[in-house]
Amino acid sequence: MTTPDTALAARRGARRSPRARFTVGGTAKYLSLVIASAIVLVPLLVVFLTSLKTDKEASTTGPLTPPGNWFNFGNYLTAFQEGRLVQALVNTAIILVISTTGTVLIGSMTAYAIDRFEFRLKKLVMGLFLVATLVPGVTTQVATFQIVNDLGAFNTRWAAILLYLGTDIVSIYVFLQFIRSIPVSLDEAARLDGANSFTIYRRIILPMLKPAVATVVIIKGITVYNDFYIPFLYMPDSELGTVSTALFRFKGPFGAHWETISAGTVLVILPTFLVFLTLQRFIYSGFAAGSTK
Amino acid sequence: MTALQKDRKRGPAPAPAAPAAPTKPALHRRTTRRHWWFTPWLYLLVPLTLLVAFTYLPIIDMFGYSATDWDGISPTSENVGADNYLELFTRPELFKVFLVSGVYLTASFVQIAAALYFATVLSFNTRFRNVFKGILFFPYLMNGVAIGFVFLYFFQPGGTLDSLLDAFGHHGKQMWLGDPDLVNKSLAGVSVWRYMGLNMVLFLGAIQSIPGHLYEAASLDGANRWQQFRHIIAPSIKPIISLSVILAISGSLAVFEIPYIMTGGANGSQTFVIQTVNLAFKFDKVGLASASAVVLLALILLVTWIQRRLVPEERVELS
Repeated sequence: MTTPDTALAARRGARRSPRARFTVGGTAKYLSLVIASAIVLVPLLVVFLTSLKTDKEASTTGPLTPPGNWFNFGNYLTAFQEGRLVQALVNTAIILVISTTGTVLIGSMTAYAIDRFEFRLKKLVMGLFLVATLVPGVTTQVATFQIVNDLGAFNTRWAAILLYLGTDIVSIYVFLQFIRSIPVSLDEAARLDGANSFTIYRRIILPMLKPAVATVVIIKGITVYNDFYIPFLYMPDSELGTVSTALFRFKGPFGAHWETISAGTVLVILPTFLVFLTLQRFIYSGFAAGSTK
Repeated sequence: MTALQKDRKRGPAPAPAAPAAPTKPALHRRTTRRHWWFTPWLYLLVPLTLLVAFTYLPIIDMFGYSATDWDGISPTSENVGADNYLELFTRPELFKVFLVSGVYLTASFVQIAAALYFATVLSFNTRFRNVFKGILFFPYLMNGVAIGFVFLYFFQPGGTLDSLLDAFGHHGKQMWLGDPDLVNKSLAGVSVWRYMGLNMVLFLGAIQSIPGHLYEAASLDGANRWQQFRHIIAPSIKPIISLSVILAISGSLAVFEIPYIMTGGANGSQTFVIQTVNLAFKFDKVGLASASAVVLLALILLVTWIQRRLVPEERVELS
């Protein structure tokens, strides 16, 4: 989207433009940013405060009151043990690893076939992928459900894995866009050395696609981790809870225990937060590339 | 978007843009001779199977089910023709969900306006801009169920929002999620909270790709910030704004997660997708649900088609 040069130029331009002074406009700008940040942070901080309160505190003190003991991690223990969050993390990890790996392989192979080969019906194949991007997944669940059921995948982890693999067209576009920038002369050189098409894919294309792989892994990883709809619909068995569905089930047994629900919520948000802190730059560019396809 | 645009522009003639393009067709012709006709199909076997099984087959099936009274379980079903569609269009309560979509649509315009404002502000020289950008974007990455719980707690009677309003001198308790007049506004607010950051980051990316000399020229001519926004920023990010508007429209038709998690569709917060899911999986009316899904699909495709007609595919060229 942004070539490094122009981005740099824009930044340089911004730096050279008149500096923000203590003007009315400047104050209003920072005030609006601080208010917006508060709107984002306050609901989250309140949940964090509540997660450290005792049962009694949570029901008697106001939501803005800090907990009496800042190191009361009992609710986290309850959330982990009774909320089946450990099992949920294991399930999510299994689904995440298989479907992310699969998405990378499927997406890169599709892009390789479409960009590096001339074959009949190529236009049709591309059209099929293109039209599929327009069909929102939620609309077809009624019928998809029957297909998953017929495959015998209902209430198994395979239901989620298959659906995550089968309905990801965005990643194909990310790979397609990237593979075009890899010079064909590399393929040719390898071919002259006697490499067959799969060797070229594995030894040349796949390694060169690394930045695209990173983008797809980040987008896919976060999407799968956050998805609620598919595990909720296709894996109702409580043994098969993912992070989302296990947390959703907190609603029943802990209905009135906001301190436990809050602890579970914080535990679910924490991994995302850590990933965001470490991979910030990739995440911005990844989601920018992914959602404008 | 860009990939799609490239494909479209390629159309019948090979792309002229890429520097490698002149040699590429020739090379391709050579590769054609070096592989079997089925080689590309080997790579496409798995992706195409999955694509057909989980995208195209469901669409075809859905049309089929929509003409029956199937309950999703029994081996037999009656063909009822267009009855399901008639029922959809004649039962007023099944149509009420579109009013709910309207609330989300209004909210998403607020969201786009806010995103535009913050993207512009952050594109200027601002202290802690990465911190602000990070804070405003983070909700988009959060788990939907977690967001649902955060705001269930936030909107509770006597909860965070009420306490805050109390602190600012506004007394009295509102049923933020219990009052049918308020519930959709509250939920749409959560949706703005969640998605504003994504719009902002997209706009910010587009703004930062505007060449810096344009601003310099403008400020030499004495243009102020508003004029810079009006005449440089706004026209050059128009494509991404119109894309966001289209996504907002189809998004507001397909709202599901937040209201389902928070209220389950109670108190008049039922959306089109919640209604469809309930029809299919709660009331076992697969036929009616399929008809409803076909209508939703048609609406979304219509919106997308209008977008393709209205919005020029070319990105606005500046410099």
